Amino acid sequence: MSNRLFAVVAIAIALAIAAASQLIANEYFFSAAYTVLLYVILATAWNILGGYTGYVNFGSAAFFAIGAYTTVALFYAFKLPLLVTVPAGTAVAGLAGLGLGYLTLRLRGVFFAIASLAFAVVLFTFVVNWDFVGGARGAYVLQPSEVPFGLPRYIHLLYSVMVLMAALALVVARAIEKSAIGRGLAAIRDDELAAESAGVPTLKLKIFSATVSGALMGMAGTTFPYYLSYIEPSSAFSLSYSVNSIAMPLIGGMMSWMGPLIGAVLLGTVQQLVQVTISSAWNLLIVGVLLVLFVTLAPNGIMGWVEAWRQRRHR
Amino acid sequence: MSNTLLEVKGVTKRFGGFTALESVDLVVRPGERLGLIGPNGSGKSTLVNCICGVLRNEEGVIRFEGRDIGAQPTHRRTRLGLARSFQIPKPFVSMSVLDNLRIPLLYAARQHEKLATDRIADEAMRILRQVGLADKAQARSGGLTQVDMRKLELARAMAAKPKLLISDEAMAGLSASEVDDILALLSQLKQQGVAVIMIEHVMRAVMKFSERVAVLVAGRKIADDDPQAIAANPDVVRAYLGE
Amino acid sequence: MEISPALLFNAIIAGLLLGGFYAAVSVGISISFGMLDVVNIAHPGFIILGSYIAYIVNSQYGFDPILISLALSPLFFLLGMALYRVYYLCFEKRGQESLRGLAFFFGILFITEVVLILVFGVDYRTVKSVYAETTLRLGVLDFPLRLVVPFLVSVAMVVGIQLFLTHTFFGRAVLAVAQDPLALRLMGVNPVRIKQFAFALSIATAGIAGAFLIVIQPVEPSIGREYIGLVFAVCVLGGMGSIWGTLLAAFVLGLAESFTSTFFGPSWAPAVSFGLLLATLAFRPSGLFGR
Repeated sequence: MSNRLFAVVAIAIALAIAAASQLIANEYFFSAAYTVLLYVILATAWNILGGYTGYVNFGSAAFFAIGAYTTVALFYAFKLPLLVTVPAGTAVAGLAGLGLGYLTLRLRGVFFAIASLAFAVVLFTFVVNWDFVGGARGAYVLQPSEVPFGLPRYIHLLYSVMVLMAALALVVARAIEKSAIGRGLAAIRDDELAAESAGVPTLKLKIFSATVSGALMGMAGTTFPYYLSYIEPSSAFSLSYSVNSIAMPLIGGMMSWMGPLIGAVLLGTVQQLVQVTISSAWNLLIVGVLLVLFVTLAPNGIMGWVEAWRQRRHR
Repeated sequence: MSNTLLEVKGVTKRFGGFTALESVDLVVRPGERLGLIGPNGSGKSTLVNCICGVLRNEEGVIRFEGRDIGAQPTHRRTRLGLARSFQIPKPFVSMSVLDNLRIPLLYAARQHEKLATDRIADEAMRILRQVGLADKAQARSGGLTQVDMRKLELARAMAAKPKLLISDEAMAGLSASEVDDILALLSQLKQQGVAVIMIEHVMRAVMKFSERVAVLVAGRKIADDDPQAIAANPDVVRAYLGE
Repeated sequence: MEISPALLFNAIIAGLLLGGFYAAVSVGISISFGMLDVVNIAHPGFIILGSYIAYIVNSQYGFDPILISLALSPLFFLLGMALYRVYYLCFEKRGQESLRGLAFFFGILFITEVVLILVFGVDYRTVKSVYAETTLRLGVLDFPLRLVVPFLVSVAMVVGIQLFLTHTFFGRAVLAVAQDPLALRLMGVNPVRIKQFAFALSIATAGIAGAFLIVIQPVEPSIGREYIGLVFAVCVLGGMGSIWGTLLAAFVLGLAESFTSTFFGPSWAPAVSFGLLLATLAFRPSGLFGR
């Protein structure tokens, strides 16, 4: 299926889902689905640098927060609406990915991973001390009273935007995966020295991968301030985003665009259930344990099982 | 001067207090077959790594087709026409044998040849047929036998459409017939006008294949001559058999 | 702002005392990452675990926390042995250590933190010791014993490890395995056993350092994360695997943090270690004292 066709199908499905969901009566569905969709975008974005290229980013939360705080800053400064702040936040996060990548992707993957964590903490400290966006006290971003497209409540709009963004992220990830760039990234992941020796411009491709990955993670965060009408650094930079964006592709499968989608939907839904029934701390424990179990016992994730099962059937 | 493909002049490489290469000179002409031999640890791999840009030499200059390539990153040098295979094969394990060849075809070969994207698979198959791996095209590259992995290494280097191919101990540990396989493969490159630097310990292969042989001992080049002269050179014999 | 000599000197003293402690916290990473190339990002998790264990025994029986941790260090050693075994079997053997090993240790760090939250909650815990409240005063200079005692034991531990590495057979085997595992094998020594031992040692130091931590400041489960940047900053700055480098880098970091805290406010302190780490990785990855 060509990229163009896939994009059309994905957007069509997204619109259909968004429209059909408006019929759901249970309000809780929309906030739960919002969170799951957020993870779909984060996991898909993370996987572009993580699964495709082989470089682990521990600072997903930072890119997410960049998207969120760009929205806040532009809202406070110029009263700009979502329509503007979404692309703006995506761009700023992309620039951050570019910058971090340029500085640290020349090093071994290990150092990049540690640097990404350092980046997240430094950024967090800056935001905590930046009073314009509320600092540690947090910031209020009130949902507009008039909801466009005649939707009943603002959360419905946010949800629909997230569905479309998720479709966009999947389209981008798939396009990269199937392209020559995607092959280059896979070569880098498998053996960077051999890739370089085969003519692959490894640094350029890595930086590209980090930029796109960062941009999409930022995109996931751009609507977040409106979600609760309130944002503060600890929740925006929550470690849960970083852990989940690693665990979900790992569990779903890191080699293709379908893995993060599967991982995010499965793990995201489980977490929503656990959060409501047991507690959020147990929720995090489950994520951590699943992460460790899968990485030691089933490193290719669910897609890996499917692949292995298919190959066995062929014989 | 204009008829040299690769010129290595006065190359010195140090690791802290240890000098791995000491003022090494080497010249390779287009289409030439050069053997590079020397005891273990003499600096052969270090020299290859310097030529390919994996390591930066402290002193000396490396010229390819007359241009100083010392500042060029490895992938740029490959695109200019300098390819190498690795002593310990490094296949792209998540890819099939055929897809392994797509990488150099996509990223290096297209500098020299017009290669439409839909022709890449055909070109890869042609190279696989040339090295005898055509029937394994769809196999996982991680599960091959030793000799097939070496062939894949060389095939990948060939897929970059190089003007100079450096084969780093492709025959190590192989049986006599497998050595002949590899030898035949490398000899085909002569017909394509590709210069080859063969680094080997398998002496009969080196002697049979090379037009010229250079000998590296403890980071220094001690001899550079035709194979017969090298075999008769007392310094060379001493270096291999010890004092 | 008026900078009095007293303020300045006390900032220096606090920085140095803290630096000694930072060296103890980081020496384990110098071993596991600097020498063995194992990215044990969960190291701070074990430090916090050590803090909580010291807290439990101290609150039950009143023993001195540092003595408790020294007595219980064999437990951490065994834990380290087991952890390395899993790591080796699942990752190092398969050559997957870069991506998957990292994710593995990240998961372990995360699990440790969440389990501690589940068991102890998010409240700060502290210990009672004979010296916790005492401060020696020399003129205008303050020497809080809660900093001095851990400092002394930290430095002793770090120096002890350096001596162990350079003067005993096992220690030299560890140094050798970092440089040339094949040569070691040829000498009849199993590199895997040596690595396992060294890794266990690093975890044991983490457990002990945890006691230092809880003497110096109150502890809650998520503090571990702040120390990730610190330990790797010290390790990288110190030149990866050089114990003396670790000691020096730890002092540099301690002073930097102390000065930042005193003159810019404590809310900027986390940025110091992580910022230094980022800057070092970006501009001088071989560290201040690296080879």
